[in-house]
Amino acid sequence: MEELAKHFNLPVEGLSFLPILVGMYVFLLAVIIGYLVISKVPPLLHTPLMSATNAISGISLVASIVTAGSAKPVSQVLGMLAVTAATINVVGGFLITDRMLRMFKKKDQIQ
Amino acid sequence: MTGVFLANKAYLLHATYLLASLAFVLGLRDMNSARTARRGMFLAEGGMLLAIIGTLLHQEIVTFEWIAAGLVVGSLVGIPMGLWIPMTAVPQRTALSHAFGALAVALVGVAHFYGAYGLGEVLGPWWHGLTGADLTVLPVEGLTLFERAALGFEVILGSLTFTGSLVAAGKLQGTLPGRPITYRGQNIINMLVIVLMVGLWGYVVAHPEQSHLFYALVGVSLVFGLSLVLPIGSADMPVVIAILNSYGGLAASATGFALSNNVLIIAGALDGGSGLILSLLMCKAMNRSWGNVLFGAFGKAPEAGQAADTEGLVVKPTDLEEAHMILDMAESVIIVPGFGMAAAQAQHALRDFAIQLEKKGVKVRYAIHPVAGRMPGHMNVLLAEANVPYDQLFDLDHINDDFKTTSVALVVGANDVVNPAAKEDPSSPIFGMPILNVDEARTVIILKRGMSPGFSGVENLLFYKDNARMLFGDAKASLATLAAKMKE
Repeated sequence: MEELAKHFNLPVEGLSFLPILVGMYVFLLAVIIGYLVISKVPPLLHTPLMSATNAISGISLVASIVTAGSAKPVSQVLGMLAVTAATINVVGGFLITDRMLRMFKKKDQIQ
Repeated sequence: MTGVFLANKAYLLHATYLLASLAFVLGLRDMNSARTARRGMFLAEGGMLLAIIGTLLHQEIVTFEWIAAGLVVGSLVGIPMGLWIPMTAVPQRTALSHAFGALAVALVGVAHFYGAYGLGEVLGPWWHGLTGADLTVLPVEGLTLFERAALGFEVILGSLTFTGSLVAAGKLQGTLPGRPITYRGQNIINMLVIVLMVGLWGYVVAHPEQSHLFYALVGVSLVFGLSLVLPIGSADMPVVIAILNSYGGLAASATGFALSNNVLIIAGALDGGSGLILSLLMCKAMNRSWGNVLFGAFGKAPEAGQAADTEGLVVKPTDLEEAHMILDMAESVIIVPGFGMAAAQAQHALRDFAIQLEKKGVKVRYAIHPVAGRMPGHMNVLLAEANVPYDQLFDLDHINDDFKTTSVALVVGANDVVNPAAKEDPSSPIFGMPILNVDEARTVIILKRGMSPGFSGVENLLFYKDNARMLFGDAKASLATLAAKMKE
């Protein structure tokens, strides 16, 4: 632990700050990448884009699964509801995105 | 041995999360063209599946019954929501899915806080009296200051996005009235609610043992979501949906901070960033600021928009015969769809009609305004559903200069986005909004049910132009008749 603190130039008691610090780097870089990637999506695909990002943010399913799988009854119930809601988004979101994307065809593909 | 095995499992978990993050970014990159978009989504789906499997192997999971129940019920609801909802209902479906996503995040946040601090000294005894179960103080794990701060953001954003999205979905579906719901003193009350929310957040972060205040924060945030969206009219829903999309993403990111889970931070940032970009694009397309859309309805009289003076001007109605003649002689036609096309379910009839035009050698294109319809890209999806090739769909910037060399501009259910008042009348509430210059075409034919103004309540000066002809009636029926006449 002390080595870790030294590596990041933090006092040992400040180590609890480390995940937040790393998280900040990750968040900022993800925002920048997201901005660059998403501003290249043409207006033609803005509706499927929204349903796609919605399905992707259904990744909160992984947090819901851990919550539902805990030993505390209250967490199990809340977690089960969360798993349900997140699964609706993941399953429904990817299905409708694909359904929409399948419809976008060029002229020569239609005839 | 066990220790090594567990450690390996933890490595495996992080490996799946890392791969999932990569798949999400690359998948969204492939959305930059309709050709590669499907491939990108397969990649993202693969990443998601991997992350879920990795999580199920997580060592902290002690029971699988509740997980399985949630996965099954969620799939049973999700499959019909993905496969059978009609394309015209996509805006409300999207709002609803923002609500589900936010609900999941808020529930995870509440469970997380409860697991660390229990119900607290105030709610605990009350619950004990009610049910006999003592949940006042749990075997406390406690959370760091930063985790508590992130957790606070998580439940605030999750809760307000949940109720706000439900209201948006209700307005889009027509269950709730589409016009702004306002009352006297709304601005002040909303400001007070914001202050209360921030205050509670700060206090709970500093004193988490006062658990009841955390649950109060959840309640206040739920109410704030309602009061945020109720005053916004249906026509502004493209912006609202995009903003709620962004909030939902940020809530997922906050969850990632609270749980030190990087894939949540990344996916949330992608979702939040996408919503932000879309909402800014929508605002630009309406020449309005973010704040104006969100708070514009407060204290504004509903009849404020009737500025345009149309006295002495007359509209020129036309009939199917004349419209057919005009279209028959056209060399090129630009079709401008709007929400009215979605409302009349006229996209298939429109496509059939356009095919007849093309058979006569007429050049047909479609002009799509960024805020046409009720969500970003709404018109493109409906036209794609009707098999309109996407290389005939053009954005505002790419087609606006072509109207002056076009024989006929055919307006199908669009209103505010073709209103020349945006260019000509500085007193108009939509003045300055970029519009499609349909009035520059040789003839404009407007398919419309009646003379009612658009959702902004603004009189449309286009209808009074010399080259404009109004074809009153149901757009779907009119287009079907025109197509039949063309066939003869």
